[in-house]
Amino acid sequence: MFTARRATLILPLLLAGLLYSVPASAQVDFTGVWNGNTNAEDGPERAAGPSLVEFMGLPINDQARQWGLAYRPGRLSLTEHQCQVHVVHYIHRGPFGARIWEERDPVTHQLIAIHEAINTYEQHRTIWMDGRPHPSPNAPHTWMGFSTGVWNGNMLTITTTHVKQGWFRRENIPSSDEATTIEHWVRNGNVWTHISVTEDPNYLVEPLIKSEDFNLNPNPNSFNPFWPCEYVEEGERARGEVPHYLPGQNIWMAEYAATHNLPQEATLGGPEQMYPEYRDRLKKLPVAVFVDPNAEPPAPVAPAGRGQGAAPAGGRGGAPGGRGAGAGGRQ
Amino acid sequence: MRRVIAAALAAVAVYVAGIAAQQPTGAAPPQIRTAKQMPFPQKPDWSKLEVDVLPVQGKVHLIAGAGGNIAVQIGDGGVLLVDTGYEQMSGKVIAAIRKLAPDRTLRTIINTTLADAHTGANAVLIKEGRLNQAGPGLGQRPNEADLIGHAGLLALMTKIGRQKIVVERWPPSTFSGKSKDLYSNDEPVVILHVPDAVTSGDSLVWFRGSDVVATGEIFNEASFPYIDAEHGGTINGIIEGLNMVLEITVPKHNQEGGTMVIPGYGRIGDEHDVLEYRDMVTIIRDRVQAAIDKKMTLAQVKAMKPSPTYEYEPRFNRDPNWTAEMFVETIYRNLSTRK
Repeated sequence: MFTARRATLILPLLLAGLLYSVPASAQVDFTGVWNGNTNAEDGPERAAGPSLVEFMGLPINDQARQWGLAYRPGRLSLTEHQCQVHVVHYIHRGPFGARIWEERDPVTHQLIAIHEAINTYEQHRTIWMDGRPHPSPNAPHTWMGFSTGVWNGNMLTITTTHVKQGWFRRENIPSSDEATTIEHWVRNGNVWTHISVTEDPNYLVEPLIKSEDFNLNPNPNSFNPFWPCEYVEEGERARGEVPHYLPGQNIWMAEYAATHNLPQEATLGGPEQMYPEYRDRLKKLPVAVFVDPNAEPPAPVAPAGRGQGAAPAGGRGGAPGGRGAGAGGRQ
Repeated sequence: MRRVIAAALAAVAVYVAGIAAQQPTGAAPPQIRTAKQMPFPQKPDWSKLEVDVLPVQGKVHLIAGAGGNIAVQIGDGGVLLVDTGYEQMSGKVIAAIRKLAPDRTLRTIINTTLADAHTGANAVLIKEGRLNQAGPGLGQRPNEADLIGHAGLLALMTKIGRQKIVVERWPPSTFSGKSKDLYSNDEPVVILHVPDAVTSGDSLVWFRGSDVVATGEIFNEASFPYIDAEHGGTINGIIEGLNMVLEITVPKHNQEGGTMVIPGYGRIGDEHDVLEYRDMVTIIRDRVQAAIDKKMTLAQVKAMKPSPTYEYEPRFNRDPNWTAEMFVETIYRNLSTRK
């Protein structure tokens, strides 16, 4: 017989089972202030930034590589470029701090959106959780794009479209305005793991997959949202001038590679660098040689009779551009 | 008691089902991707094409998909259009305008350039106007919308002739200087001539109150900019036009928003989108100029590896009627004959 006493035992179990079985209830609260973990492996990219022609580890195509080789840092000194923001698939590796909060329906308390305020360039993105469609192909693109989210168990999966042209590596390697980014947000205690998978039909051969960790800041008032940017005149330029290197004339191409005793090819990126087999190829490539265009000219040849003049041309020092040219004097 | 429990369980089930329905969940999220910007289709089935109508900002809307983009300004005073699209799409454009602005009179049409994609429906759409044209400078066509273009545009249409472009497409209201001012729907509208750009008769339209610029074809989100050299177009005119746009646009916050830009084709943009496009066109021009300075022939320039347009081809080499090679060749001929 079904008694009230049995009911008091069974009903909570049924309720608990029902609630547990519904994925929608398995949501994680990302609310709070989060700080970037700059000690992680991506620290250099978050802080000082990459060198010129440091395209390693990016599954880019040859056109993206050419874009990077033509890039001249002076382009960012143009007034309209100075306040250019890191696009959404890059900004999580900037000098990053974020506040996340939820927007819920005041009556039903259903989740409408998750908001992420990012202090880098005062960005604010909205991740719509109400199932709304993405905008028309003719709608404007923004730095943060248009994002919608779904829960996959305890993981939040976000799809972002309508992002402006930006970069996959700061300043050098372009991302087009037709890229799409899928993010996965996972929380483990006070650590937020942010995983992004970006596809770009114009500049990536394979998806670019990145991950970063952020730490929860226990002080909810620690978020500084202000990152003003106002352009200034940086030197005089002819109207409409756009700094760039003509093909084959990037004088800094080998600097990074040579400084780190790397083959030139290794710094130029490409999908093959995603795989461990590339290490075998790396061992067979010669280390790059860099000729510093700002180096002092070679020291004058020592007077005849002290041995130097007898050396065959180019036989001293060996490095192009006169490096070590005076070494012969100690012969 | 059983009824109570059953009711309670049913209520919980309904509630949970409601949550599940409202909260996006699931292991297989739909494959949503950013759409590629595409040029107008080749040999289209006109009956199957639809227009896309979007608010831009202030009083300005965009009608896309009828050829070149059409800007629509709406207010108590009536409707102002920038360009008209292809003639074959005119019925759908008129329907879209009537939906946006029922019972408003089409008063003014401004043309930005020569191509059919921008002026093809002029003759049909001016008939939607109902103006008693009594004032000076409004042409001699009563009960039509006022059709405005630069004098250079009228000169081109006249030269091409009425056999190819019916007279009703010609702008009876012209200006020959650098600009022409209007006041429409409680905001200043400035028409700026862009000399020798896509053609010798180009203009851009600046809605100063709504803070929107319609650029015409100097800015094209789906292709390299078209240069109609036969009708006076030049690469340096295109670049100068893009620099003009950069001068009048003001971003709202960190190089985003603020003045919105309607390109000749493709999505709505802002200053930064124009900036990247200007950079690209300038860099390509500089490369071709450097080759000319080195006395390279056109054949040698076309054989260059990488090509002058190389890194921009995945994004902009999409129009079979205006390929990267055609663009480079036109630039080469243009710069080679420059005085």
